[in-house]
Amino acid sequence: MGDSLTNTAGHFFVTGDPMIIASDVAIVLVSLGIVFTLTYFKKWKWLWREWLTTVDHKKIAIMYLISAILMLFRGGVDALLMRTQLALPNMKLLSAEHYDQIFTTHGTIMILFMAMPFIFAMFNAVVPLQIGARDVAFPYLNAISFWLFFFGALLFNISFVIGGSPDAGWTSYPPLTELQFDPGVGENYYLLALSISGIGTIATGINFLATIIKMRAPGMTLMKMPLFTWAVLGTCIIILFVFPVLSVALALLLIDRLFGAHFFTMMYGGNPMQFVNLFWIWGHPEVYIAVLPAFGIYSEVVSTFSQKKIFGYKSMVASIMAISIIGNLTWVHHFFTMGAGPAVNTFFSITTMAVAIPTGVKVFNWLMTMYRGRITLSLPMMWVLAFIPNFALAGATGVWLAEAPTDYQYHNSYFTVAHFHQALIGGVVYGMLAGMYYWWPKMFGFKLKEKFGKWAFWFFNIGFYVCFIPQYVLGLMGMQRRMYTYTPDMHWTALNFVSTIGAYLMGIGFLCIAAQIIHSLVHMEKDLTGDPWGGRTLEWSLPSPPPHYNFAVIPQVSDRDEWWERKRRGEQDALKPRPEDIRNVHMPKNSGVPFLMGVCFFIAGFGFTFGWIAVGAAGLLGVLVCLAHRSLDQHPDHDIPADEIRRTEAALGRL
Amino acid sequence: MAVRMEEVLTRRTGDPSSTDHPGNRLELSTEDGVTKIFGFWMFLVSDVLLFATLFATYVVIYTHTADGPSAAELFRHDVSGFLAETLALLTSSFTCGLATWEMHQGRAGRLKLWMIITLLLGLTFLGLEITEFHDFVSQGATMQTSAFLSGFYTLVGTHGAHVTLGILWMSLILYQLVRFGLNAVTARKFYIVGLYWHFLDIVWVLIFTVVYLTGVM
Ligand code: HEM
Ligand SMILES: [Cu+2]
Repeated sequence: MGDSLTNTAGHFFVTGDPMIIASDVAIVLVSLGIVFTLTYFKKWKWLWREWLTTVDHKKIAIMYLISAILMLFRGGVDALLMRTQLALPNMKLLSAEHYDQIFTTHGTIMILFMAMPFIFAMFNAVVPLQIGARDVAFPYLNAISFWLFFFGALLFNISFVIGGSPDAGWTSYPPLTELQFDPGVGENYYLLALSISGIGTIATGINFLATIIKMRAPGMTLMKMPLFTWAVLGTCIIILFVFPVLSVALALLLIDRLFGAHFFTMMYGGNPMQFVNLFWIWGHPEVYIAVLPAFGIYSEVVSTFSQKKIFGYKSMVASIMAISIIGNLTWVHHFFTMGAGPAVNTFFSITTMAVAIPTGVKVFNWLMTMYRGRITLSLPMMWVLAFIPNFALAGATGVWLAEAPTDYQYHNSYFTVAHFHQALIGGVVYGMLAGMYYWWPKMFGFKLKEKFGKWAFWFFNIGFYVCFIPQYVLGLMGMQRRMYTYTPDMHWTALNFVSTIGAYLMGIGFLCIAAQIIHSLVHMEKDLTGDPWGGRTLEWSLPSPPPHYNFAVIPQVSDRDEWWERKRRGEQDALKPRPEDIRNVHMPKNSGVPFLMGVCFFIAGFGFTFGWIAVGAAGLLGVLVCLAHRSLDQHPDHDIPADEIRRTEAALGRL
Repeated sequence: MAVRMEEVLTRRTGDPSSTDHPGNRLELSTEDGVTKIFGFWMFLVSDVLLFATLFATYVVIYTHTADGPSAAELFRHDVSGFLAETLALLTSSFTCGLATWEMHQGRAGRLKLWMIITLLLGLTFLGLEITEFHDFVSQGATMQTSAFLSGFYTLVGTHGAHVTLGILWMSLILYQLVRFGLNAVTARKFYIVGLYWHFLDIVWVLIFTVVYLTGVM
């Protein structure tokens, strides 16, 4: 009895590997620490009332941001472990199996649980404020989206200590991922965690589409919309079109694994290539989902810090839309080598290269905006400047990869790894950091001090090139992607070693950002202006952080850079509310149900991961109960009385 | 939040004869209603994509029968079955349309009646589908038999799951209509579940064509 118990427990809780046991201990200690702190400072109620039940987009933004940074840390630790393992030949730091798990969790976490929440943090922090709205179109759904993301990410992360992580790459190609070749629960974790957070993502896409289309302040026509909001619109369209495809691909693979179906098996007529197609129909556009919001951020930052209107606004809008359409027609470039034939490969080769045109237009416009602008080199702007050469290189190497014949040479080599990191870090992460620095005062009401930020910038940037430039060369020298180790006679040692040094420099860069945040918290410098950068768009017309109803009176818009134009004309006070214009404001009530719904999804996901159908079904039933509860709720909203708003605005010095 | 109550426009003009004018409809009488219906259309787009993906997969593998029964063998014995399913669902879409019409006339009683009929037809459809699945399985044609059957059960089953959800959902709204009467909120809710129901009908027409008709031919 005792024996069999330890046996099952040994399967359930991952044991054996000292690194994992260390993380077990760390997880328990950190959890205890959190519980203790919350109890000691009597913060449980505060946590529940202010955060877990909130439907305010500004608070949801902060929760997304914190999650994204935590996940960047987790994914970064994975990256450092991999780079350490590869630093020298015949290294034994990790076992081969563990290496497989780590590149899988690294890729998955970075793309789905770091980049996605990071862009959603920006969506939530900015879009309603930029378009002069009081909240998103569906605040309650917005909270559900967040909790689905959160519990999806949690489910994925616990795989490390309970049951074992997925190990077939973030692309999880069958038949390798079929039950027969990949028993164990790791792959189930992957499929269910991504499915759960994917539902949340589709909901976010719908929510922000409706917000942007239906909730703009009067006068803000589409062609007066700030470029970040445009980028979000483009992103949401892509989300709406491709995330359902991912959901289906994951569901079908799960059905294969759990119920013995044959969609992608090698026998009984299954077709693994179909998964590869479905995966990349989502997977390629996914990179535009991540990078378009970053492009939006670059546009805002460049124009603010050059004190100039963005150059070529209309062509910027056109290229966002062009990217969101052409981006959907390129997925086959991920498997040129799988034998689709010259006609198909040529088509996808050309469409892939076509995306370079709108992207080039954007880069040109950013440069032209800076040309003869009055440039301030503050942190957001520095990250934009660092992004441009990065993306030029990523674009160039992308075109090499897009040519089907040459791709036969680099396919799945370190060249590819270097290319996509250049695009994902140089494009997406730099953009998100620029956005974080730019909107931080708006989100939190204080400015980040620049000192450690500058250190972070230089460490990260230099580390970046030191890490990835050698990888291009390694790829051309024949080093394959996802290799666990190599022998000295390959002559890859020196370049790999240099690359690892670069990775550590980036790690130091990350720590500097953490130091910067802590340092700024301690020496807090409150931003009382609401407009520390000399901003151009409506969000800067509000105090920081804005009151929970955002605008006491919805502004009337007449210009593209409304706030800037008003300031120029000396009319900024016109955007302050007049007491007689203030009416009652209708706002949604807080609710704990979205959180509980997330918990139910988590239970369902956990149950199905282990094949416990009853637990899974119970979780889904809980979800239905939550939905019915919402439908029956007759008073999901309440009125904030005009008097209360007048008082709040007066306290903010706006009346 | 979507509703700016102070700006809620009561667009009813008081002229009941012009019910087909969108501005007059109860479900569109608040800004909140308009936004939510728009959001639901966007949800339908995502659901279209979901079914499109399932259809594409089915089309790729439906000849992959792996020595198991083929579509022709299975469906030939079942023509009356899937015809009856089709009839039940198409009729239910029609009665759902009648319910919407009655709602726009402001006749809550008849609205509820047509909803009940729609629900009964939906249940009939589900019953027939379950019988059909049961039949096939007892002939040894299971999801594990071949890629074709995996695709069949998943595509048709996903539609069936949607119908089940639709029935639960519509019942919940029927309950709310009884409990709270016909107002801007319940009207919007019924209108949305109606859209969903018609959407399922359209998907079924495609299933009927792509799966069953192509199968028997
Ligand atoms: C911060 C520094 C980073 C370093 C040092 C790093 C390093 C690595 C390494 C060593 C691999 C494994 C390559 C192999 O063995 O084939 C890898 C794979 C990958 N990385 Fe990163 N990475 C970083 C950041 C990121 C970011 C920000 C993203 C995405 C937003 C990302 C996405 C991926 C993906 C998708 C893979 C492929 C995983 C797979 O093969 O399944 N990485 N990275
Ligand atoms: Cu691609």
